[in-house]
Amino acid sequence: MRGSILGKVTVIAATSLLALTACTTDSSIEDPPAAEGTASSETTETTGAAQPSEDSTEWFDQAVYDEQDAQRSATFEGDPEQPYLQYIDGEMKDTSAFASTGPKKACFSNASISNPWRQTGWITMNQQLQVLQEAGVISEMETRDAQDDDNTQIADIDYFIAEGNCDAFIISPNSTAAMTPAVERACETGKPVVVFDRGVQTDCAVTFIHPIGGFAWGIDTAEFLSERLNEGDKVVALRILPGVDVLEQRWAAAERIFEENGIEAVDYFTGADPVEIKSIISDELATGDVQGIWMDAGDGAVAAIEAFEDAGADLPVMTGEDEMSFLRKWEETGIDGLAPVYSNFQWRTPLLALQKIFAGEEVPAEWVLPQSPITEEERGEFLTANEGMPDGHYAKFGGEDLPGYPTVWQERQIP
Amino acid sequence: MSVATDRAVLQQNRSPRGERVLRALRTPSGAIFVLVALLFLAVLAANPSFGEPGSLIRFIGRTAPIAIAAIGQYFVIVSGEFDLSMGSVVTAQVIIAGNLIGQDESRTIPVLALMIVFGAFVGLVNGLVTTLLKVPSFIVTLGTMLALLGLVLFWTGGAATGNPADSFRQIGRGGIQDVPVLEVLPYPVLILVATAAAAFWLMRRPYGRTLVAVGDNSRAAALTGASVWWVRTRAFMLSSLAATAAGVILVGYAGVHPSVGQGYEFTAITAVVLGGVVIGGGRGWVLSAAAGAFALELLFTLLNFLGVESTWRDSVQGAIIIVAVAAASRNWQRKRRGASSRAHDEHRPIAAPTPAPGTNEGGT
Repeated sequence: MRGSILGKVTVIAATSLLALTACTTDSSIEDPPAAEGTASSETTETTGAAQPSEDSTEWFDQAVYDEQDAQRSATFEGDPEQPYLQYIDGEMKDTSAFASTGPKKACFSNASISNPWRQTGWITMNQQLQVLQEAGVISEMETRDAQDDDNTQIADIDYFIAEGNCDAFIISPNSTAAMTPAVERACETGKPVVVFDRGVQTDCAVTFIHPIGGFAWGIDTAEFLSERLNEGDKVVALRILPGVDVLEQRWAAAERIFEENGIEAVDYFTGADPVEIKSIISDELATGDVQGIWMDAGDGAVAAIEAFEDAGADLPVMTGEDEMSFLRKWEETGIDGLAPVYSNFQWRTPLLALQKIFAGEEVPAEWVLPQSPITEEERGEFLTANEGMPDGHYAKFGGEDLPGYPTVWQERQIP
Repeated sequence: MSVATDRAVLQQNRSPRGERVLRALRTPSGAIFVLVALLFLAVLAANPSFGEPGSLIRFIGRTAPIAIAAIGQYFVIVSGEFDLSMGSVVTAQVIIAGNLIGQDESRTIPVLALMIVFGAFVGLVNGLVTTLLKVPSFIVTLGTMLALLGLVLFWTGGAATGNPADSFRQIGRGGIQDVPVLEVLPYPVLILVATAAAAFWLMRRPYGRTLVAVGDNSRAAALTGASVWWVRTRAFMLSSLAATAAGVILVGYAGVHPSVGQGYEFTAITAVVLGGVVIGGGRGWVLSAAAGAFALELLFTLLNFLGVESTWRDSVQGAIIIVAVAAASRNWQRKRRGASSRAHDEHRPIAAPTPAPGTNEGGT
């Protein structure tokens, strides 16, 4: 009798445990935690389909693809020495209504600083803030970090609207659809709203600042690999997590191009976990040769190269990102590579946009910043320029003329 | 104590060795080895080159950290508790190694010592709060898990920092070169073998026996004079130290990233359960826990080889694990039910034909 009871307890315990296990398997892959929410809300609302995205075709948008493809070779207005102020000629917004003197309080609702790209940008933004504070444009910037959570960010924005005593809003949305109503509420206050990085489905903001976009990234990288590989070669695509538009678009474009060129591409979600990346590559190498590695973000690129070294396999042709760890490993190993860039300097632009807005100068309604990959020829130049920077630093951070350069970025104290 | 158990079975009542091995394989803790063999064959079928000594030893090296974690978790589970803080300990140790050693090789030894002390301390806190303050270990270690994760987030902001010096990373990445047949013998494999041997030995020591007794019935164990609180506390310390060892290997193998170690506690618990160790304590073999880890890793590898699509890979994993564990617990039930009728087993005759002198069971 005791035996069967014990058995049942085991079953119950094991089942409940497995429920938990299932959760963790998810979260280890879909780190940061909000990714899941992001995925479902975005897919349901942006594509109108109830089922979760199964393949990248749902993320593929031919019109946007063509637009970004064209923008890759567009000419940018403004001084190339200040890429963070450049933009593609287009509709301009009149801001004379916002013109006003005296220092203003900015309220910044940030999606998160949970990856090295966002951390680098956040440091740069704070240094830019110093400059504007000294210039008497901004009195202070109150920041709320939503830690990758849609609900937290909505609450943050509502807090700013109700009690923030803000003169302007800067919003870096965690996800597109979920944040749209909150951004609209911020616009209704009549104060200027600046959105940057990921977008929202409303044009009520004064300006939306972003680099060209995910499709451009996908085109740059997939074309690079396709040129160097032959038909039938294998590319392993390492993706951070599903459901974030800027990342999904990168893969949607790349997958299409690989397909067109007859390159066999398999994709994996890694959560940027180097252990996961190494296991994936080891298994792929055990199955057969891998000629190319494609990444939707450079975090973990070093682990991918190390997996080839550990297995004693020929190093692949590879696209990473302009993260220092990748640039250094790239130079050290001499692989054939490309470092696509999701311009980190965009973190300076929102504050500079506020400066223009309060001065009554017109700003682009959609402020498209330059986004050009670092090639092997340019790599040395960027490595020298960023010598002494930590591995998580991004080469195109664009803060060389800011106070505190280079020590602030070298010490990488997160403000 | 082990000697006493051996003598409890009369010589003529002992089944032949082959029979005993077969019977052992029918218990959940034994069946895991069959499962590992089956999964290995499946992986081989999917990809024959996996069986080459070189890639096989690399696979073992890669599985070493999770197997070591499973061995650590075994001590806690067999004593009737849980350690959910394991994954966070791994993460914290990885970050400590990355941030404190940096590129300065001379700091390797002191930081390694610090990591061991830190690991033991976390285990001590878990153990003492569980045993002396009588807080359920599920809650205590959940608290430790969150506290450590918070600490890591505070320290790193949630993103990767630089890797530690290469010499330190060799522990997890390097190996003895030019070994015949294997090409290379990774250090993690050696660490795993040492850990497994030590754990095997420890479970045959009075401590190990007491640990199982405590997990089976802590009241009875207390009445025999075992200090239950200290036995369990040491189990928690062993678990955290195993997590530390896994962390050291992982820093070397993979490098520093806040996601390293995430979910390790559940992978380890799944491995232990898959290894036939009963949740609630008191039953199961330590090496089966390690075998459970290998079964899991083989399963993931099989899915990789079969090219299961990335989007639903997790679901496939989850389903297979549920089936495996359900089969294991059914096996348990059958075995237990069988045990009551085994009085009439042909290997256990009711009347002993040649009673040994000194026993009073003869002469019936």
